[in-house]
Amino acid sequence: MAGAAAAIATATATAAATAEVVIEVKNLHTRFGSHVVHNDISFEVRRAEIFALIGGSGSGKSTLLRELILLQKPSSGTVRVLGADLQALGADEAVALRRRWGVMFQHGGLFGALDVLHNVGLPLREHTALDDGLIDQLAGWKLAMTGLAPEVGALYPAALSGGMMKRASLARALALDPELLFLDEPTAGLDPVSAGGVDALVLQLRALFGLTIVMITHDLDLLWQVADRVAVLADGRLQAVGSMPELAALDPPAVRPYFEGARGRAVRAARPADPADPDHPAKPDREPTSKPK
Amino acid sequence: MIAPLTDPADLAPPTADGMVLSGRWTVAGLGAIGPRLAAAELPAGSAAVADASRITGLDSAGAWLLHTLLQRLGQAGHPAQLQGLPQQFNALLATVAQAFEQRASQAPPSAKPGATLLQRTGAGVVDAALQGVALLSFVGECAVAAAGCLAHPRRIRWRPILFNIRSAGVDALPIVGLLAFLLGVVVAYQSADQLRQYGANVFIADIVGLSMLREFAPLITAIIVAGRSGSAYAAQIGTMVVTEEVDALHTLGIPPLDLLVLPKLVALVIALPLLTVFADLLGVAGGLLMAQAQLGVGPHEFMARFVKAVSATAFLVGIGKAPVFAVVIVVVGCFQGFRTHGGADSVGRQTTRSVVQSIFGVIVVDALFSVVFSALDL
Repeated sequence: MAGAAAAIATATATAAATAEVVIEVKNLHTRFGSHVVHNDISFEVRRAEIFALIGGSGSGKSTLLRELILLQKPSSGTVRVLGADLQALGADEAVALRRRWGVMFQHGGLFGALDVLHNVGLPLREHTALDDGLIDQLAGWKLAMTGLAPEVGALYPAALSGGMMKRASLARALALDPELLFLDEPTAGLDPVSAGGVDALVLQLRALFGLTIVMITHDLDLLWQVADRVAVLADGRLQAVGSMPELAALDPPAVRPYFEGARGRAVRAARPADPADPDHPAKPDREPTSKPK
Repeated sequence: MIAPLTDPADLAPPTADGMVLSGRWTVAGLGAIGPRLAAAELPAGSAAVADASRITGLDSAGAWLLHTLLQRLGQAGHPAQLQGLPQQFNALLATVAQAFEQRASQAPPSAKPGATLLQRTGAGVVDAALQGVALLSFVGECAVAAAGCLAHPRRIRWRPILFNIRSAGVDALPIVGLLAFLLGVVVAYQSADQLRQYGANVFIADIVGLSMLREFAPLITAIIVAGRSGSAYAAQIGTMVVTEEVDALHTLGIPPLDLLVLPKLVALVIALPLLTVFADLLGVAGGLLMAQAQLGVGPHEFMARFVKAVSATAFLVGIGKAPVFAVVIVVVGCFQGFRTHGGADSVGRQTTRSVVQSIFGVIVVDALFSVVFSALDL
């Protein structure tokens, strides 16, 4: 991972230099009938940033994610992703935009009628002129990248374990080399070893491709060690946005359980206490310099 | 298809100095460069060098192709050298090289040889036989569960029974009524010409009455219900299997057959004969209407002949078949539902099977009834 770390520095330095905003959400409101899910939410995600959304069950995280990936429309407010206003998007532009991001669904969303290799190769087959042999090789590589054995490619999704399903889904999300990756609960239901593998994988992906990653997660390890910034949703509002050490210092009530529970204490004890710790691996807005190659 | 870019991936014809690569080597920019890369050869004696300084974009697909090219152009284990690749792409190319090494160290998964016609036929026969055995054992399990319920009437679940009578019976009234009426019209219409030739107009009551009551009403009702409710049974149970709801029932100590199959069975055994009576009525009504319109046989005349021509036996024979059809539809629908495994795909397949097999079953049973009834002179 040494090379990867150097590459993070390059990637993050470019991000800091241009400070390009990849996702911009402004005054977003979502209502289902009289039930208010989002009440005036605004935030930004910058390029090559790893951004996490947290909040209790029913706090509207998944709805927010669905609104970011064009599966659902907010009641009001603007959402700009990769420079495009999602509200004012034509059908062709929507298709073009959708190719620039990858989504890993919580339950995989793999197609039961196709084996894993074809699931991963599907976006390539659908959207590019590459020949079948190359697509299969690329799909095999993406599978290997997510830590799946080559034999898994021939299996059907019904035969996969939960962890394998997530990895295969991630491989499919990566098929078109997206600029933006959405992960819904990437480590939920995984054993600690696999979950640790996901941590490393997310960092490696950003290092290699300069990916911007938006994820919903409750995994404290992922939050502390991988996420650059964390947004806390509760009561329909964005309670706080910041790195975990910053949130720990701010201590908003909605975040407290993440620090005060027995699990939170354990993770926190393992982490450096200083909120402004420069050693924190990923903070593109703070990383002072890049390592020249 | 991704729109072509202004600067797609390109390679200049190789010269003695090597080859020059340019453009965007990304999924959008690669386009149809594959065959040209495969055909590219360095002239003999030239340096195995590729100049990449004009590559403006590189993603994993591009890096993969690039690496493949370098490997192929190089000699005996030494890949061709790449010069001037913009440095932000180095990490990606190194990762590809690593992936290539890993792939080489792993034996490629051996492809299974395709089955021959004989093998496939054999497997098909074995599958069909196994399915037959499974169906028999399912019937047995249902019988045991039904006997258990009869022995302990408190185990009988009345609410699902009533719910199923409504969904499979009452809700099916409009479609069953409409189709039976139309069938009556068609039978009368087709017979009218023949009868008119012989001046036997009034026998329209015999034809419509006997054919509707004995055959058409029970059969059309059963076929509609098989398509309507049989498919619903298979889809419901299949989805429950996929979402582990059936497993949950097992662990909660609720026998799935008690909850999912027996109520449907009881409900349809009650509802299908009643639907058949309804279809009888509307079918005869359709015939009566056409008798008036085509043959000038009035309602009074029609009914007077109908009473003489159609015995109670004909009516009972038709109604008596309905419960048997009901059992066929429920057993096949539920059986196929429980055989679902995997995901959405399998639910669809099992649902189709349940409809095809239950209609098949209904018609076969009807044919058997015809043989038995004619042997018994009914």
